[in-house]
Amino acid sequence: MIDFLNGLVALLNFVVIPATAYGAQLALGALGVTLIYGILRFSNFAHGDTMAFGAMSTILVTWLLQGWGVSLGPLPTALLALPFGIAITALLVLGTDKLVYRFYRRQRVAPVILVIVSMGVMFVTNGLVRFIIGPDDRNFADGARFLISARDFREITGLDEGLAFRTSQAMTIVTAVIVVAALFWFLNRTRTGKSMRAFSDNEDLALLSGINPERVVTITWVIVAALAAVAGVLYGLDKSFKPFTYFQLLLPIFAAAIVGGLGSPIGAIAGGFVVAFSEVTVTYAWKKVLEYWLPGPLEPDGLVQLLSTDYKFAVSFAILVIVLLFRPTGLFKGKSV
Amino acid sequence: MKKLLMASAVTAVAGTAAFGAAHENVIKLGIILGFTGPIESITPSMSESAQLAVSEINDAGGILDGKMIEAVTADSTCVDAAAATAAAERLITSDGISGIMGADCSGVTGAILANVAVPNGMVMISPSATSPGLSEAEDNGLFFRTAPSDARQGEVLANILDSKGVTEVAVTYTNNDYGQGLSDSFIAAFEANGGTVTLNASHEDGKGDYSAEVGALASAGGDVLVVLGYADQGGQGMIRGALDSGAFDTFMMGDGMYSEDLLASIGPDLNGSYGAVPWSEGEGTEAFAGLADAAGFDPASSYTRESYDAAALIALAMQAAGSSDPNEYKASILDVANAPGEPILPGDLKKAFDILAEGGDIDYVGATNVELIGPGEAAGTYLEYTVEDGAFSQVEIR
Repeated sequence: MIDFLNGLVALLNFVVIPATAYGAQLALGALGVTLIYGILRFSNFAHGDTMAFGAMSTILVTWLLQGWGVSLGPLPTALLALPFGIAITALLVLGTDKLVYRFYRRQRVAPVILVIVSMGVMFVTNGLVRFIIGPDDRNFADGARFLISARDFREITGLDEGLAFRTSQAMTIVTAVIVVAALFWFLNRTRTGKSMRAFSDNEDLALLSGINPERVVTITWVIVAALAAVAGVLYGLDKSFKPFTYFQLLLPIFAAAIVGGLGSPIGAIAGGFVVAFSEVTVTYAWKKVLEYWLPGPLEPDGLVQLLSTDYKFAVSFAILVIVLLFRPTGLFKGKSV
Repeated sequence: MKKLLMASAVTAVAGTAAFGAAHENVIKLGIILGFTGPIESITPSMSESAQLAVSEINDAGGILDGKMIEAVTADSTCVDAAAATAAAERLITSDGISGIMGADCSGVTGAILANVAVPNGMVMISPSATSPGLSEAEDNGLFFRTAPSDARQGEVLANILDSKGVTEVAVTYTNNDYGQGLSDSFIAAFEANGGTVTLNASHEDGKGDYSAEVGALASAGGDVLVVLGYADQGGQGMIRGALDSGAFDTFMMGDGMYSEDLLASIGPDLNGSYGAVPWSEGEGTEAFAGLADAAGFDPASSYTRESYDAAALIALAMQAAGSSDPNEYKASILDVANAPGEPILPGDLKKAFDILAEGGDIDYVGATNVELIGPGEAAGTYLEYTVEDGAFSQVEIR
């Protein structure tokens, strides 16, 4: 029995908790990508850097608050700064929309042109972030780091294996649930949300029914800015803030959005978790867990690792390819890509 | 209208002439470092350090009868061989440089060497490419480095573990030429000492999440986790992940992990961990620290000393050979770097030029006690350190 518990704790500690937190971060990012795809009809490559910009503005406000001696006790001060970060990010994306995207939207250009345009925006945002805060690593998490640390867990339970649960992981999961619930309520229950979905389904019909397209676009950008800032800040709290990493996050985020079905919010969430769990489980060395769970003679000598960790990205892309081959619209009937 | 045309033609001709005249008195030095990419946080100091050497030379009246050195920078990106090659190509063909201080990361350095430097006959002195593979690269005597090869570092790390009685370790390395080369040489040396490596897992830099790698390493077990990565990149992510999940308590760190930022961001949990870093001490290092402080950057930042030495060596070799043609001065680099001759410290470059101009011999000591061995690479002394009370504390020089 003790062995079983030890194995379970090891599994939770090294697979379930990290993958859930990472999955929630990817899901929040993928939601933003999928909303843009669903409503504005293009793949927004600038999303990773919008997340970086959101995190950066939040960090700057956090430093200001810390300078004034404001803190949230065990919770990171960044939570308090987050609304300001969202507002600044919203200003940025609305600005880019007015300056860049609106011009192309008026011309009704093909989506692929908007994709290329978004890459341009990506490079500019990328440069802007580095220009303002610099390329260095910034650690802005304060407050209590752990809900429970591995060492404390061992002392409390007397088990050999430790279980660590970080404040940032808990916060990520809780925030993701709240944000997703709020988003679904907004899209399905409010008049504005419904008009957004109508616009997504058929732009011309929506126009005929008296929906103001510019208003829908503005609201979409504001929501996307909020999602990006939240995802960026949560990610930065959990790991640390470095502009370069956000640029790299773009790949798993897009993988998540496409696996789930581009344009489908619920698909983005499912996709986030599929990508995160597949990266962690397929490359996990099961030796430790199996040693606890299997009787002596069956215990493995090797590492029982399906694939070396070198291949963890190959795993999410293999899933992506398989999904596209058999269900081109993704797991949850998004738009075909 | 005719007059106007005439006037502009005359101005253009005059302008070109002035441009050409200015050119004759300038020797351009290419500085190729990864100003963007995974090591973008340490390259600004490296570049400043090389520029410090350049401005010291110019203040001393230049080289080769008063020619000034002008530094031209380009971005190696550290990871993108194609971009780095294009940048180096541009420096040679359009800027007309006479030597390259760079590149930084081993992968792009090898690419620039093979694709640009050797075909164009250009001297390269890298301050920070440490991959053992570069010792055997085909270079026509054009490639040098002021940083030691990681073959040596692997032995040093293995010996530190040996002296601590650690026999079983897990290894994680950053997935590039540097990490791969260092982990290979470390594992060979460690196993020769009778140690066991439970798992050798790579990690990618700048990625979102390292729980998969930490999970696999934790499962494999070992007394110590050997981290051969970058302090502001995956290496830090791996240590943080391993500490947070309680997988490992003690870490041994390669040279890329030596950074004050790492101590600041990981905090007290890092106490008791140890590692090695290329080190130099003595008059040269102190002299350099003084210069760097005066110039307003941190002399202890990674590879700043090596950068200063690389830039200085190129200029000294040009002066010794009496030419800025790479194929003529390449043979002088070993002469000015090694004994015999008058020892030259940072800040003494003017003295060195005077001696060389009179036909004398110098032994450039520089900021890192430069001693080039074998195919022109630094012999390398390392500092063994442990982390105590949130600070690096020196144990011994190996």
